[in-house]
Amino acid sequence: MAGKNWMPRWFYQLASPKWCYQITGKLLPGFAIATLLLIVVGLVWGLAFAPPDYQQGNSFRIIYLHVPTAYMAQSIYVTMAIAGAIGLIWKMKVADMVAKCCAPIGASLAILALATGAIWGKPTWGSWWVWDARLTSMLILLFLYFGIMALNSAIESESTAAQSTAVLALVGLVNIPIIQYSVYWWNTLHQPSTFKITEKPAMPPDMWIPLLILVIGFYCFFAVTLMMRLRNEILRRERRSSWVRELLMQQRG
Amino acid sequence: MSFDSFSDFLAMGGHAFYVWSSFALGLIVLVGNVVLPMLERKKLMAEQLRRIRREEVQS
Repeated sequence: MAGKNWMPRWFYQLASPKWCYQITGKLLPGFAIATLLLIVVGLVWGLAFAPPDYQQGNSFRIIYLHVPTAYMAQSIYVTMAIAGAIGLIWKMKVADMVAKCCAPIGASLAILALATGAIWGKPTWGSWWVWDARLTSMLILLFLYFGIMALNSAIESESTAAQSTAVLALVGLVNIPIIQYSVYWWNTLHQPSTFKITEKPAMPPDMWIPLLILVIGFYCFFAVTLMMRLRNEILRRERRSSWVRELLMQQRG
Repeated sequence: MSFDSFSDFLAMGGHAFYVWSSFALGLIVLVGNVVLPMLERKKLMAEQLRRIRREEVQS
């Protein structure tokens, strides 16, 4: 079947839980070190060395936590929906597992983005919460995560659970552009994005470089925690297989 | 350095409560996301080893 060879080899290898378990084991230490370095450098720079904002003073430093987490909460959602779609189309079990593992990580970061936003809103806008388009669409994102997690755990069969959550995740994908463009489509208190592809940031480099470092650091953080969860999920589902048994015997010594 | 002293840094120009409570929450969420999978892995490994031992005894 020559016609089937249009997909790269690694794509098929990814479908093997054993291969995935081994490759993530090799990648984890590197990503963990990168995460630690990037987050520490970004935080020290952002908290101690970046200049204060001329209007908001030092409360603006919450940006160094708020923007990366809000950004990741959306990126993780997109990752989850894509993994879910791959699982639906190619019946790839590893993709189903990735989608399932994304949900709790994304939910925790969505909570953090909402919480840091509320804490930042108090000194800046004078209110913890306003029913503003950006804030409301972000709250909907959190509820989507909760819905996906609840649906996944409510269905007994693993493949049916994966299919239903993938469909829900894909439907909920419509919320992502709404979050992105909410600050332009409606009158909102929330400021527009710091980073745009087409323009230079309005901030001085001393402010936006640490922010960029932290965004990259949070991407690596997501990779680390996703791989950790994925490895657990692989072990759990493959527990009866001979390779997991061998691995366990080695652990026992 | 945008602060004159360490106590200045901690005070965050009067915004200490907002800044530090945000970052404390952040630390809890980040550490939790790493520690929870570690604990789960430990539990999973122990469970499976127990199952293998049980099967060995039975056979």
